[in-house]
Amino acid sequence: MANPSLPLIFLDAAVVNNFVLALFLGICPFLGTSAKKETALNMGLATTFVMVVSSLSAYGVNWLLVELELEFLRLICFIAIIASAVQLVEMFVKKHSPALFRSLGIFLPLITTNCAILGLALFQTAKEYDFLQSLVYSLGAGTGFMLALMLMAGLREKLELARLPTVSQGAALSLMLAGLLSLAFMGFAGLGGSHG
Amino acid sequence: MAEASQPAVVAKAADPFNREETLTADTFLRGLWQENPVFVMLLGMCPVLAVTNSAINALGMGLATTFVLIGSGALVSLLRRWIPKQVRIASYIVIIATFVTVVDYAIHAISLELYASLGAFIQLIVVNCIILGRAEAYASKQRLVPTLVNGLGMGLGFTLALFSLGSVREILGNGTLFGVTLFGDSFQPWLVMILPPGGFFVLGAWLLLFAWLKQRRERRVLASAGAAAHG
Repeated sequence: MANPSLPLIFLDAAVVNNFVLALFLGICPFLGTSAKKETALNMGLATTFVMVVSSLSAYGVNWLLVELELEFLRLICFIAIIASAVQLVEMFVKKHSPALFRSLGIFLPLITTNCAILGLALFQTAKEYDFLQSLVYSLGAGTGFMLALMLMAGLREKLELARLPTVSQGAALSLMLAGLLSLAFMGFAGLGGSHG
Repeated sequence: MAEASQPAVVAKAADPFNREETLTADTFLRGLWQENPVFVMLLGMCPVLAVTNSAINALGMGLATTFVLIGSGALVSLLRRWIPKQVRIASYIVIIATFVTVVDYAIHAISLELYASLGAFIQLIVVNCIILGRAEAYASKQRLVPTLVNGLGMGLGFTLALFSLGSVREILGNGTLFGVTLFGDSFQPWLVMILPPGGFFVLGAWLLLFAWLKQRRERRVLASAGAAAHG
């Protein structure tokens, strides 16, 4: 695997191969928490934090597993790491900002089953990133997730005021919006050089 | 996976005594249509959108998920008396991850081509909320046979949804179905349909169609009820 530079990795994860709009990871929280801009921002921050923590731990654990030749346990270990990272964030948020804890509600523990996070850990392993590259990659992915969430929330807040046929309200409309956003993000394709 | 907990909560509320369900045709059919995991419950959207750029990928993914659904459901159902309540989610995840690892290695051995095109999404079956949702809401309370049947129904419902997306996207975006060319040379492929935005658009269109059908049926029922009341 070629050794891409750090800014390129960041750009690639944040916009070119945006986790939500190009790779379809983390669609559920994307549709679930994008109704209000504030919730979207908080969710984005929490997810980014979990991404960074779990990506770095996944890097360490993967190294250990390769050393011990136990690669078939990778998936189970990654899930365990992510679950503990989420638990950590939950305790931290609960202690330092009870208001934020309440506003995130059920979505905080559900970050565990956000496929963007497991996907991140798997992709960085497949791409054989080193420690620093993993850090930048997870930051980029988190930024991209937050960006997609904020854009979507902004659009949905506007649409609250629009007059729409009742049949198109709900999930179908959100998906159409996401499709348009995704179309817009396709304009970035080729910016990061190698993709796909 | 925002919606994952909601069906579980609802199922608990509706079923306060952890009653075991008797096996009926409904156990199987519910997953196919009435409670279709994708079109009705909107669960497991990530693989639905990501791997449906061709019909064969969609089928492969659907069958792999069905296998994990049945296997993990069976194990959860058999172990339901021994798994302590406090650590049940973690136990389910480990069971699911085990089956996913099996599927991952199996697909790798059977078809390298399919393995390459599905990519990381085989391993990402672990975090597919349909599977955890079924384990929590159904398998942890039911006996083995209903769990197997229900898992099969849900899995086939998921496969059906994936296939209905994959075939439409492949036909529009590539002019083929299962790699067989359907149209003449003059057909201009609608390329955007096999690219990421196409996934959102096609799923959105299916949901619109179902919402429209449902609205029309409701209106008809209302109209006939009104006519009966006045007549």
